[in-house]
Amino acid sequence: MAATNIETWQSATVIETREVAQGILRIVLEPTMPVKAEPGTHIDLMVQVDGETVKRSYSVVDFNQTGTRLALSVTKAPLSRGGSIFMHSLRPGQKLEITQPLQNFPLRVGAQRYVLLAGGIGITAIANMAAVLKRLKADYTLVYVGRSRQAMAYLDELTELHGQRLEVHIDDEGSSLKVNELVERASVGTELYMCGPIRLMDAVRRNWIERELDLPNLRYETFGNSGWYDPEEFTVRVPKLNLEVKVPQGRSMLEALEDAGADMMFDCRKGECGLCEVRILELSGTIDHRDVFYSERQQRLSTKMNCCVSRAVTSKTGAQIDASMAGPAIITIEPN
Amino acid sequence: MTTTAATSSTTNKVLPHPLNAWYVVGWDHEITRKPMSRRIANRPVALYRTEDGKVVTLADACWHRLAPLSMGKTVGKDGIQCPYHGIVYNSAGRCVSMPAQETINPSATVPSFPTVERYRYVWIWMGDPTLADPELVPDMHQMTSEKWAGDGLTIHAACNFQLVLDNLMDLTHEEFVHSSTIGQEELSESDFVTVREGNKVTVTRWMHNIDAPPFWLKNMRDKFPGFEGKVDRWQIINFEAPSTISIDVGVAKAGTGAPEGDRSQGVNGFVMNTITPETDRSSHYFWAFMRNYCLDSQLITTQLRDGVHGVFGEDEEMLKAQQAAIDANPDYEFYNLNIDSGGMWVRRILEAMLDAEGRLPSAS
Repeated sequence: MAATNIETWQSATVIETREVAQGILRIVLEPTMPVKAEPGTHIDLMVQVDGETVKRSYSVVDFNQTGTRLALSVTKAPLSRGGSIFMHSLRPGQKLEITQPLQNFPLRVGAQRYVLLAGGIGITAIANMAAVLKRLKADYTLVYVGRSRQAMAYLDELTELHGQRLEVHIDDEGSSLKVNELVERASVGTELYMCGPIRLMDAVRRNWIERELDLPNLRYETFGNSGWYDPEEFTVRVPKLNLEVKVPQGRSMLEALEDAGADMMFDCRKGECGLCEVRILELSGTIDHRDVFYSERQQRLSTKMNCCVSRAVTSKTGAQIDASMAGPAIITIEPN
Repeated sequence: MTTTAATSSTTNKVLPHPLNAWYVVGWDHEITRKPMSRRIANRPVALYRTEDGKVVTLADACWHRLAPLSMGKTVGKDGIQCPYHGIVYNSAGRCVSMPAQETINPSATVPSFPTVERYRYVWIWMGDPTLADPELVPDMHQMTSEKWAGDGLTIHAACNFQLVLDNLMDLTHEEFVHSSTIGQEELSESDFVTVREGNKVTVTRWMHNIDAPPFWLKNMRDKFPGFEGKVDRWQIINFEAPSTISIDVGVAKAGTGAPEGDRSQGVNGFVMNTITPETDRSSHYFWAFMRNYCLDSQLITTQLRDGVHGVFGEDEEMLKAQQAAIDANPDYEFYNLNIDSGGMWVRRILEAMLDAEGRLPSAS
């Protein structure tokens, strides 16, 4: 909701850090200008990556009544853009620059029925919604999907709070989620809120569309940080600007082009708005579309891409062994 | 030195409005398929009805470039289209169609507000939607009861809503502001009792064995043709937070037992008032006059509505002038009289509500 999203930057102190699952650190912050956090909110904060100050977004997992204690949870992702490594180095007493809670994923009160779907660390955006729905005595199911029990944060707390309303699916215990069955259970008045890996969200969206359910009732938030493939280093060529740039594993194509001095157009930097769209002139490799701006049809065409989140990879399957070439993927583009 | 209260009511001449409360956004008949705009608690709201007749209240600013949705048109069963670039929202405020792209940006929503239609009004909750319990809509049941008949209008008052509440909680002003209709000197001469209970305040005043002022004499003669003589007159002011005041008013033939509960020899009205803050300096003042006699007379309904409209016009003028004087004299304080006890309880209750929302201005 645009109106409430004017950023107010302020200092916050780390007052607690605790590992809540394998590779997931809970970080409690005390902001200097506390306000109550609505369900679905995130904060932006400044992290240090390779000596540079960059902005990252993290969901507010829980908060106390006055907003003086905001909890985030961050999964250590060595292949991603480096923010999580910084976050995992935080210790109590350290200061951070943060915004107040920002809202891009509002929970609507008053739906007939709710399904909340969290995949892995996506629970950070969903946990708070579930708590509010429980308080409102709403009809809801919380579906929590993970690779292994050890990697699922807050599982015990959620089980205790939500009891029968919590449905857990764990890949390595053979109880993986069947997306079509989940969507089949959604009725006309159901609102589904989801946050998780893009593969999971794409599958839900495809089923939702196939079943002709009302698209606005499918709510999701993406921070543009997961794809169908693991990130690889690739090369981007921009003849118009006479540039050839390497995009390292932990950096986006947009960032790499900016580093090289290109004046790129962008806005959201998470694959939603489409402003950083570039035209693809030539490609050796495959595009890993990580945005939600293009339809599946447009993504299949691969004549354009959103360079803030999407990447080029070498293989059709994502496995290095299937790489169809010796070197990195090479993409030639024309920016706007 | 110990400070007993962080703020004093005298310091806050006018108050901000609590947000966690139901406010009337309009009369039920005002809201139609054609979108309209009304500013409520400083925020412009777009209002329309769906094909099924359900009232929709959305922030009156498109997600994209904040163009007023109320200038657009309703589309489909429950949608509204922004008049600028054609973005369509459903009744929940969610974008259902975006120009020139095959998908919809997941963050494209406009705030929608909890809404309840009750007592011939549409009520809106501007604060935390998780607290919006329809049970909290103030009681105005006379508006839709078959035992009562009447009608009302809306005043656009050029003052903070608190000044309207002050006006209604102390009716001694009738003697001076409304001298030709309902005013009489017994108003300021008679005693009154103020009772506060939770978020409700009641001020009761009885005037025994007096001449009926012109407004009430006419009403008595509607029910008792040719009536002459003294009356017992009552005013029982019922406040319910944050800003609804229903006033039980009437007169009965003197000495026929009205103070003890037998009102059969009298006429009874309820002045229904509910005040919605528009801005910090203006209010939507919704009122109606309901009566419990001659229920099927549309003539009396219209006469009473027009008569009260004239009376309230006198208040409107005073409130506007009072707000202007407050603004022109920012360093002057309010002082309080004994007659302000009802209004002061209202202020105390509103301050507690504001404090709970963290929105009470500091005394300094």
